[in-house]
Amino acid sequence: MSGAPRHLLSVADLGRAGIVEVLRLADSFAEIAERPIPKVPTLRGRTVATVFFEASTRTRLSFETAAKRLSADTMSFGTAGSSLSKGESLRDTAETLDAMGVDVMVVRHAAAGAPARVASYVSAHVVNAGDGQHEHPTQALLDCFTLREARAAAGAAADDLEGLRVAIVGDVRHSRVARSDVLALSALGAEIHLVGPATLLPPSLEGWPVKSAGADLDALLGELDVVYVLRLQLERMRTGLLPSLREYSARFGLTAGRARRLPESAVVLHPGPMNRGVEIDDAVASSPRSRVTRQVRNGVAVRMAVLFHLLNGPDQAATRTAAAAP
Amino acid sequence: MTSSRTSGTRPRPAVLVEGGTVVGPGGVQRADVLVEDGVVAALGPGLAAPAGALRLDAGGCYVAPGLVDLHAHLREPGNEPAETVETGARAAARGGYSAVVAMPNTEPAIDSAAVVRDVLALGRDACVEVAVAGTITLGRRGEHLSPFAEMSALGVRLFTDDGRGVQDPSVLRRALEYGRDLGIVCAEHCEDERLAAGGHMHEGAWSSRLGIPGQSALAEEVMLARDLALVRETGAPMHFLHLSTAGSVRLLAAARAEGLPVSGEVTPHHLSLTDAEVATYDPVYKVNPPLRTPADLAALAAACAEGTIDAVATDHAPHPPEDKDRPFEEAPPGMIGLETALAVAYGALVVPGHLDVMRLFALLSWQPARLAGLTGAGHGGPLVPGAPAHICVFDPAAHGVFDPASGASRSRNTPFGGRELTGAVRHTLVGGEPVVIAGEAQR
Repeated sequence: MSGAPRHLLSVADLGRAGIVEVLRLADSFAEIAERPIPKVPTLRGRTVATVFFEASTRTRLSFETAAKRLSADTMSFGTAGSSLSKGESLRDTAETLDAMGVDVMVVRHAAAGAPARVASYVSAHVVNAGDGQHEHPTQALLDCFTLREARAAAGAAADDLEGLRVAIVGDVRHSRVARSDVLALSALGAEIHLVGPATLLPPSLEGWPVKSAGADLDALLGELDVVYVLRLQLERMRTGLLPSLREYSARFGLTAGRARRLPESAVVLHPGPMNRGVEIDDAVASSPRSRVTRQVRNGVAVRMAVLFHLLNGPDQAATRTAAAAP
Repeated sequence: MTSSRTSGTRPRPAVLVEGGTVVGPGGVQRADVLVEDGVVAALGPGLAAPAGALRLDAGGCYVAPGLVDLHAHLREPGNEPAETVETGARAAARGGYSAVVAMPNTEPAIDSAAVVRDVLALGRDACVEVAVAGTITLGRRGEHLSPFAEMSALGVRLFTDDGRGVQDPSVLRRALEYGRDLGIVCAEHCEDERLAAGGHMHEGAWSSRLGIPGQSALAEEVMLARDLALVRETGAPMHFLHLSTAGSVRLLAAARAEGLPVSGEVTPHHLSLTDAEVATYDPVYKVNPPLRTPADLAALAAACAEGTIDAVATDHAPHPPEDKDRPFEEAPPGMIGLETALAVAYGALVVPGHLDVMRLFALLSWQPARLAGLTGAGHGGPLVPGAPAHICVFDPAAHGVFDPASGASRSRNTPFGGRELTGAVRHTLVGGEPVVIAGEAQR
């Protein structure tokens, strides 16, 4: 096993070898879900806390399911009814949970970098479950897992995604999913095209490992292996970044007509929840190309792999002991 | 500006500043400085110390006129947990300053003669001279002009809504027209709030990567360009606070070439730190205007060397840890800077060879003294017999790691904590009183 990072704050913490390691682990954990009793004692006695400063039922449930399938104890901290409403600081909240002996904190926050701040306050491992517009690393890992699975089904078994042509379409600028996916997919060798209006692409792409960025989706369709459709926050309309939903759908929506122009084997991903009829047509979302439900299903296995990887890296037992020493 | 300080009237022992190199608007010379009764009594090599005189070693040091800060947030009244006039002035003294201009974004804002009197009264016992800036508009709301004449009668020369720019151009136009006859200067914090909306750092490669909403350089430059058009129209002078972009210094240089009555300042942090620092998400790097790119840094340094920029000013902005230690996007902007300004500016401008020590002290002492109207009280030198003894003794060879916990400010939000700085203030005299000796504040 390769060395595990102490925290998973960004896909960059893993690097290519770490990503491959997590995906291999996820392969074996995916098999557990098929058992009559989908549970193993691997993390018995460990405690995983989901610490969500921003509402998200889906991601929290996915992490809690993952922890429970590994027999870890789980705790849940959310904004509603918590001390945050009494004005407690991020540091105090983090230190309080840390003092309870939590092994892993899974942190979601509306501000970029908040999990990194938590990591600087605590001795627990920290997993970024989405921070502002920064990153959502486990989403990117489950996306890679899902694409690898689709590749394997097509007979091209490999750990990497070398040469895979991926278009990430929509609001890249405000998307933590896009930032993590660009890092993860490029680390595995995929060729990435960002597609959206300039108001929704990042102000600068300096240092981004992408092949192209532009507004012409139609020009790319014929040669894509993957269309990754991002969710369009309806708020973008209010802030004047787009004239209308109709115009957005017409230019960037994955319509049935556009889907027909994709190569036969191309697949469609979406991080959910979908705005059917806006960024993706109902028919495309429900077509065999769509891997959306596979993404959700794989999310549990990938998060099991991440928890296991962080807690069982070769150097982790020693780190933990050192942290507990007086 | 009228002097707020009373301490200079007490009789003091003589002080002999020995063995340094005296820097002033007139030149550089090896000389001792003898201070008696609050003024420079003699200046020259090998002066004898009178009986009972305090002898201060200035070997290897520059002996300059006390520094003058155009831009210090002393937070009093209203936010005393962050800073007070007393503690801010002590931090200033440790930084080599003999005078600071207190910014008016207090609570209540300094937008009336009554609040001006209050803050001047607080400054009377402080260890450096505390001048006061007033607001351009009542409550800094950008709507109704403050009583310029009433405040000006108390010695206020600079007026600013700092922390905000005046968003409505017609309000600023009226302020310039109304203030023109009073001999005051409107100072603008250039930030178009619509262009800046929601930005927490410089918009560019780093903000794009870090997922932190960016604030475009346009927010500063668009307002600066607008203000320059108003200066051209009204003929009233304006000062531009904390300019931070290459585009801004280009605009200012063109305005100066045209002969417009304008001046500008930059901060030590904009001369020394870039937006790459934000990669740690440490809110200590959050400041407004935001840290910019290496190209902007280079343009600011060049503008200091060429004379486009008149002053280095701190924008000392204290925040207590409970306010500042939050996720980057939620933390308030601002850095403290009074104690580190000279060393940081020396390291950013003189060490790399952008300019010489004379020009550095011009930017930190006599030029800001003129802009603040403090030369009448003897700030900014020159150190000649009979002049008030406001003196900064700076050791350029000192190297040290700055420890925020050792600072005199009530707040600790400095990006220079733990960094190696080149040069240190050794002694500070204000009105002949040694308020800092060997780096230690004396009261």
